[in-house]
Amino acid sequence: MKGRTAIMFITLATLSALLLLVDIGAGTVKLSIGEVADALTGRCDNPAISKIVIDIRLTKGIVAMIAGIALSVSGLQMQTLFRNPLAGPYVLGVSSGASLAVALFILGAPLAGGVTGTAASIGMTGAALVGSGIVLALIALAGRRIKDIMVVLILGMMISSGISAIVQILQYMSNDEALKSFVIWTMGSLGNVTGEQLPVFAGTISAGLVLAVATIKPLNLLLLGEEYAVTMGYDRRRSRTMVLVSTALLAGGVTAFCGPIGFIGLALPHVARMIFKTADHRILIPGAALTGTAVMLGCDIVSKLFVVPINAVTALAGIPIVVWVVFRNRQIAV
Amino acid sequence: MIELRNVSTGYGSRELVKNADALFAPSTLTALTGRNGSGKSTLLRAIAGLGKITSGDIVVDGKTRFSSAAERARSIAFVNTQRVRIANMRCRDLVGLGRAPYTDWAGRLSDHDNNIVEGALATVGMSEYSSRSLDTMSDGECQRVMIARALAQDTPNILLDEPTSFLDLPNRYQLMELLGKLAHEQGKTILLSTHELDIALACADNIALIDTPELKLLPASEQSTRQTVAECFGIGRL
Repeated sequence: MKGRTAIMFITLATLSALLLLVDIGAGTVKLSIGEVADALTGRCDNPAISKIVIDIRLTKGIVAMIAGIALSVSGLQMQTLFRNPLAGPYVLGVSSGASLAVALFILGAPLAGGVTGTAASIGMTGAALVGSGIVLALIALAGRRIKDIMVVLILGMMISSGISAIVQILQYMSNDEALKSFVIWTMGSLGNVTGEQLPVFAGTISAGLVLAVATIKPLNLLLLGEEYAVTMGYDRRRSRTMVLVSTALLAGGVTAFCGPIGFIGLALPHVARMIFKTADHRILIPGAALTGTAVMLGCDIVSKLFVVPINAVTALAGIPIVVWVVFRNRQIAV
Repeated sequence: MIELRNVSTGYGSRELVKNADALFAPSTLTALTGRNGSGKSTLLRAIAGLGKITSGDIVVDGKTRFSSAAERARSIAFVNTQRVRIANMRCRDLVGLGRAPYTDWAGRLSDHDNNIVEGALATVGMSEYSSRSLDTMSDGECQRVMIARALAQDTPNILLDEPTSFLDLPNRYQLMELLGKLAHEQGKTILLSTHELDIALACADNIALIDTPELKLLPASEQSTRQTVAECFGIGRL
């Protein structure tokens, strides 16, 4: 690894650590970085502050980091697989599959006698996981039979649009209360993951990341296009399936636990390419993960300061990033 | 060594080449030529494992089947006309990808691999461009780097689909000379498709002419070959 790359990694890691402390400090009860550090190291005398920091805010901060890592890495995979700079984690309908399942759950729950509190949150998470899993399984199966990767992309986008239309019909037919809870789900939230759920969330994302790391070499070959990749030893079926399963776990996992969080997965791979000035996935995967961590923490801080939904912040932060990258490079590079 | 045994190719119901037998031997540069739509690319892609033939066998180094894409990639390298302009990727890294069939799961290059990469760049005369980024290079330069990548793949057989099409006249001859040298000095079997009859006749050892639906393998140096090619293309003489 070159010196510059190492310096960028260290800088991003330090920045992420600092942002985590600031993120934990931000909220209705404002805490200084010193107080946060004391609470984290167990030197805090005030049990209330200690509880806020460790039980609630640290969990949320970790969720933000995991979500940032997962979305950036899966966005990178999709951009390389489809050789398309505008691809992102949701391009194949992960989020629309999840939203259909969540919509069905929210609208169906009152019929089943009403589900509230923890049961509702677990139900929504489960529904989203199942929904995104089914959509990606369908696309992965199709991808084993279809040769041209562009056909797979178009198929994914059409499935995604079709599902969105069905979700619209459901929304139109639902009552005010159900509609509101659905709309709030689509705005995303990093605060719904409890301490008990965190290991499940972290486990899902870790499994996706292991698969992502295992596809580093095929992803590098894909930079030349699938045809060249095949003549250089790329196993089309195996690698495609691995990438799609990885994205199902990463993007599906985030959507299930935090709702559909937009733009991070689209914008951050470009930022990573620009920071590290490379196309090599051995550097880009950890690079995108770290960049994602820092930006997601930043977005969470902003969302707390102005008390606005996380999805609005990621979009407002992500759009200028994409525009900036386009203008800087004149051509977006994948 | 590439051998075609009773090979037929086609597009849907349209048959292009019928029952072709041919042997492309080591240390020879063969130019595959024929009219537009005669199936040059279809045949070349089938040999590269990117398409299917309708019947017959393609035998590469004694094998009709490969157990994996990686095994095939150690036998045949392929270069096409697709423009490869990857931003932030240096020539050296692109050529390094050619080592993929030999490297570990992460594609790390050993010293040995790096030497092969430098050697391949030197062979095509692109050593000075080693650290240049691909998106800052001309079509001709990119073409050379793609050929260096095929060389780094270290295969006994190299297939090239229309390698001369983006190049100007001096570059075309230079490229053909380079390919001839590779075939003769390194004992490689090189098969390339081209429309450019004069260059093919001047530089290749053999001409594989698709005179639909026949495939004729002719020595480029013989006068009668010029006549056969000219007749196939419906022109008086070459």
